[in-house]
Amino acid sequence: MRHEITFTLNGESRPIDVEPNDVLLDVLRTKLGVKSPKIGCERGDCGSCTVLLDGESVRSCLVLAVEVDGHDITTVEGIEHDGLTAVQEMLIEQSSFQCGFCAPGIVLAAVELIENNPQPTAADVREAISGNLCRCTGYEPIVEAVVAAVRTPPTSGGSA
Amino acid sequence: MTDSYVGTREPRIDGLDKVSGAAEFVDDLDFGPDLLHAAVVESPHAHARILDIDASAAEAIPGVVRVVTGRDFPYTFGLYMKDRYVFAQDRVRFVGEQVAAVIARDPKIARRAAAAVNVTYEELPAVLDPKPARADGSPLVHPDLGDYPHVPWFFPHGGTNVAHWRKTRKGDVDAGFAAADVVLEDTYTVPRYAHCAIEPHVVVAKQNQAGRLTVWTASQSPYIQRDLFAEALQPLGLSHQDIRVITPYVGGGFGGKAGVTMEIIGAALATAVKGHAVKLRWTREQEFYNTYQRQGLRARLKVGATKDGTITALEHELLWDAGAYVEYGANVVNAAGLSATGPYRIPNVSIDSLCIYTNLPPGGPYRGFGYSEFHFGLESHMTRLADELGIDPVEFRRINAIREGDELPYGASMNPSGLREAIDQTAAAINWGEEEQSADPHVRVGKGFALFWKAPAMPPNASSASFLKFNEDGSVNVAVSGMEIGQGYLTAMAQIAAEVLSVPPSKIRVETPDTDRTPYEWQTVASHITWSCGNAVHAAAVEARERIFDVVHSARGYEDGSLYLEDEKVKCDTDPDFALPLRDFVITGLEMEDGTWRGGPIVGSGNFMPEFTSAHSDPETSQGGHPNVHYTVGAAGVVLEIDVETGKMKVRKAVLAVDVGKAINPAMVEGQITGGILQGLATVLYEDMRFDESGRLLNPNFTDYKIPTSLDTPAEVIPIIIEVPQPDGPFGARGVGEHTMIPAAPMVANAVADATGLRITSMPITAEKVALSLLEAV
Repeated sequence: MRHEITFTLNGESRPIDVEPNDVLLDVLRTKLGVKSPKIGCERGDCGSCTVLLDGESVRSCLVLAVEVDGHDITTVEGIEHDGLTAVQEMLIEQSSFQCGFCAPGIVLAAVELIENNPQPTAADVREAISGNLCRCTGYEPIVEAVVAAVRTPPTSGGSA
Repeated sequence: MTDSYVGTREPRIDGLDKVSGAAEFVDDLDFGPDLLHAAVVESPHAHARILDIDASAAEAIPGVVRVVTGRDFPYTFGLYMKDRYVFAQDRVRFVGEQVAAVIARDPKIARRAAAAVNVTYEELPAVLDPKPARADGSPLVHPDLGDYPHVPWFFPHGGTNVAHWRKTRKGDVDAGFAAADVVLEDTYTVPRYAHCAIEPHVVVAKQNQAGRLTVWTASQSPYIQRDLFAEALQPLGLSHQDIRVITPYVGGGFGGKAGVTMEIIGAALATAVKGHAVKLRWTREQEFYNTYQRQGLRARLKVGATKDGTITALEHELLWDAGAYVEYGANVVNAAGLSATGPYRIPNVSIDSLCIYTNLPPGGPYRGFGYSEFHFGLESHMTRLADELGIDPVEFRRINAIREGDELPYGASMNPSGLREAIDQTAAAINWGEEEQSADPHVRVGKGFALFWKAPAMPPNASSASFLKFNEDGSVNVAVSGMEIGQGYLTAMAQIAAEVLSVPPSKIRVETPDTDRTPYEWQTVASHITWSCGNAVHAAAVEARERIFDVVHSARGYEDGSLYLEDEKVKCDTDPDFALPLRDFVITGLEMEDGTWRGGPIVGSGNFMPEFTSAHSDPETSQGGHPNVHYTVGAAGVVLEIDVETGKMKVRKAVLAVDVGKAINPAMVEGQITGGILQGLATVLYEDMRFDESGRLLNPNFTDYKIPTSLDTPAEVIPIIIEVPQPDGPFGARGVGEHTMIPAAPMVANAVADATGLRITSMPITAEKVALSLLEAV
């Protein structure tokens, strides 16, 4: 039995038909073509599929698509307004990521944190990204960049 | 000259791709509505004969396109030994092995249909431990072992489970032990581990109507994959020219995406549904049990030394739980068997490294390639031996540390290294010799120290190549086939080309491989890529620079040898006013007074192969060859807090000093240190694989196999870069990727012993194990 749902994806209203058992992650990736949320474990352990649901980070592999009817979903593609966020620019400047597979999820977790806590400490950042597994970096380069981004505006980095 | 681009903290050239979501991984590529999806039928038994496969129920499910079995693909494959099967043939050898596959219109249908394939088995006795597997009368995992093709440096023992036995003999160990004042012997055990790259393995393959097979893989090894696909699928009429492997960004490798594992299934399936792309993506569970696992090890170690602290002899027997297929893992065994002395000058050496088949998932390459495993026992043992001699463990290591020109276990001589500097700087950074306390009365603080070394394990002729071209705006494309697995390879290659050409790395594009468009690279493994491919890129850039000079010489008449590059311009020693921007002529050439032109598009090519290596040696002693190109060495130390009530441990400080020859990009090297230390600490503090008595992996997920989160990091990590140049490396560089996790386990074991007096000889050293050991010790 198909359901017609409508939700806001990165600022744009997207009506779509889904099955009752379709998970949000698969709908985003295969039906809507938004590929930044990654498939890492499909059981909520790794955080690679993180998206913001009404501004709060959720694991999209654990959310049924029908649950987001009428809600607002943001992926990393949707967080740029006038170019990259300061966090993204600092992550580039400090070469914090390695393989980058976890990056979209961690960037969203950091964006959510800063939205709620504009001057987070390193401990706050560690707590905020503790649901996002990274096997490459040892985490600290990411934590340092997020803290640096809110303390000092980046001197260079990618442009819009 | 102006700014140098080598040795600087250039931001990663792939940074923007990765933080913006632009980076595409295999699973992100679009193949349109015709894409088919595959699911495999897996063995529920560790060892069984396949009596019958009935796919009729699966084939009847709407949406199922095709079911294939081993009958469709009766082919073997393997990197160093052809012992692995595309699909199981007459028997299965581990729980989870692929027996058949369903191709369907939809992944859910494929999974449902795979569950409907009915396979009848006759169970066979399984061997799950290398010790009984080695004993006479053990069930044989591979009765046909004696017939498998393999590289000449493997010595399989047909009719047994010994797939390879590397023997290294130097001097006279009996005399060495007789001359020792103290001889210490013990056994150390290391379980299996999982790589846990966050991106699972995925393959998409399509054989088009014209017969061309294109395979997109999450891989460290595009060219090796093409080679193994061509070899395995040769009976179908496919050769290298018919196969194209494309590898976009990879979400972590750590050795787990080296060689070929599940990708062979995708390549084979594509030939069964010609004209359609078919995708196979491993679940997290499959990622754990059907790619490669780090092999388990039981190591018996005996080391003797005289009262003055000189090591006189070492005997090391390494018994590896190599799993059901060892086509790659046997080379891990081989590498350890050549180097299991560690970075010490030891006159009398006997090493036996045995690759034992078991009915557990295939072992294979994992960051450290055998060295992480044997260093646990070796570096635990060195501290214990020093303690018995009454010599400070750091001083003991200074006394015995290997030096340039020393004879290696197999006879060749040691390369230059900054090992002593690494020892001194590490000891200073952890305030070695000074006791530290905790304010908490239940917490004791211990310090641990360990050395490490590792050489790339490669065929003697493993090689790299590079193409380089200029564009109209003076920017450059460098084409290489090494893989960006996170280490910063693309950036390092850009920096090397930048240094030669005076073009900033931000104007140099280096993309991920495509075997049709980027030149040969053996594999991105062994921590050799900066060294090997860096040499190829350097050669290509030098060739391009020579062509630039040729054009300027012929068009403008400047003397050979007077031209140089600076700030993206050609300049001249003898004419300070001459400064010709590269963008003005690297495509168009230079115009002469008569209106004719000289030059044309500037390109360069380069390759590199070490020409001094050889795998030929005496099978009984390993003497006579030159199997390794060089060793990267270093030291590491830890300050560890242990709660003696709970066993809970917290790393107060971790220090690692590594001699990288030359850090092409110090920020990338520090990234390897910070990340590698945590991956190493995880193997000692948190992780291990648990199997039940039937050979089934009990913890194939991140709930039960805990890898560190951002809350599990050391309070402080101090990376120390030492630079004693590698004579044949690009700008003196040698490899560093794997080394940073090697010393983590023994340094923790030594710190636990320092704090509590407990010597734990089995990994992991979890809080639970420490707490129970403390209780027993009371």
